Amino acid sequence: MKTPVQFRLNGEEVAAFADSGANLLDVLRESVGDLSVKGGCWQGTCGTCTVLIDGAPRLSCITLAESCAGKSIETVAGLRRGADLHPLQSAFMERFAAQCGYCTPGMLMAAKALLDRNPSPSREEVVDAICGNICRCTGYEPIIAAVLDAARGDSRRRA
Amino acid sequence: MSVTVRTFAKLADAASALSSERNARFLAGGTLVMRALNEADPSIEAIVRSTDPSFSTIAVSSGRIELGAGVTMAAILAERDLGFLHPVARAVGGPAVREAATVGGNLFAPSPYGDFAAALLALDATVMLAGSLGQREAPLEEFLGRRERNTSVVASVVFKRPPADAFRFVKVTRVHPKGVAVLSISAQLPLASGRLAGARIAYGAMSRTPVRAKAAERALEGRSLDAAGIAPALAGAADGTAPVDDAIASAWWRREILPVHLRRLLLGAGHA
Repeated sequence: MKTPVQFRLNGEEVAAFADSGANLLDVLRESVGDLSVKGGCWQGTCGTCTVLIDGAPRLSCITLAESCAGKSIETVAGLRRGADLHPLQSAFMERFAAQCGYCTPGMLMAAKALLDRNPSPSREEVVDAICGNICRCTGYEPIIAAVLDAARGDSRRRA
Repeated sequence: MSVTVRTFAKLADAASALSSERNARFLAGGTLVMRALNEADPSIEAIVRSTDPSFSTIAVSSGRIELGAGVTMAAILAERDLGFLHPVARAVGGPAVREAATVGGNLFAPSPYGDFAAALLALDATVMLAGSLGQREAPLEEFLGRRERNTSVVASVVFKRPPADAFRFVKVTRVHPKGVAVLSISAQLPLASGRLAGARIAYGAMSRTPVRAKAAERALEGRSLDAAGIAPALAGAADGTAPVDDAIASAWWRREILPVHLRRLLLGAGHA
């Protein structure tokens, strides 16, 4: 059975038919066509499917798609601002914070959730923000450095 | 696999549907049920959920606290009046899990998960249940003992606010800052004239469900929180527990380290 679902995705209204009981990750990828969100474990364990729902980080693989009706969803596809990469994306590139890339979409969205709420986080706060995201390459140090770089860059632009 | 999803504005209606639908599961935050759906669990044919605002309400008064079963760990962390529970809520998953994981869901989390349920056990919480025949309540310990047979919707949990500084919590993990529990200990340690009176201690990951440390509680009655006072409690720390071997730790290891961490918790020593 298919259920109609409507929500805002990266600022644009979208509508899709979802299998009853489907998770948001599958609906975003298979029904909406947003392939920027990646699936890892489908168990709520690895964090790679992290998206923002109404500004809060959520694991799309364990989020019931139809519970998102009327909500605002952000994925990595919405990070770029026109021709410019998001400061987090630039910092990840500069710090070589994406090795195999498996965790990168989730890391970026977890970091965005943090910086949206706390533009000047401490290292400890960055570590906590990504503690639910697993990096198979164990490349946590460059990721943490990139998030701190992005935060400092944002701070400079605001000043 | 497709299942039927039914959403109700009123929790009571959801409770009726849960008992009448064949092979139905109640969905709150999704950390348990969505995972089962993703694994095509054939025992689930219907999902029941509720958008009832009471399900996600935190009611704090001077002496009584009621947490709707749909209250998330993130909501608890945002509630200043629940500061004593912040270390427990923060110990549940990463930020994205805490946005989804609910108080009610934690009561059903299999070992080695369920640290929040263990904390509620140490707080002597009561579970408010909504069923097809109306509302009823049950002590949390009794509820946990038969949770696999539960057919009601957990509406909320209720407990008395512990005396200031009387509640303590530690979660022991192999991975830092966040990992699955080797074990967790929650303790409510009320003092009267420097002596413990009515201490409550509960363990996570030391049994199939969160479990009270009744032998240690009895041994602490009337004692002071110093090395000599807690020695009998440490000797019986593992009494009544039945830890299991899993990927996180062996049962033997859990029993071995339990008194070490209980000692640190009772003496107020910091945990690394």
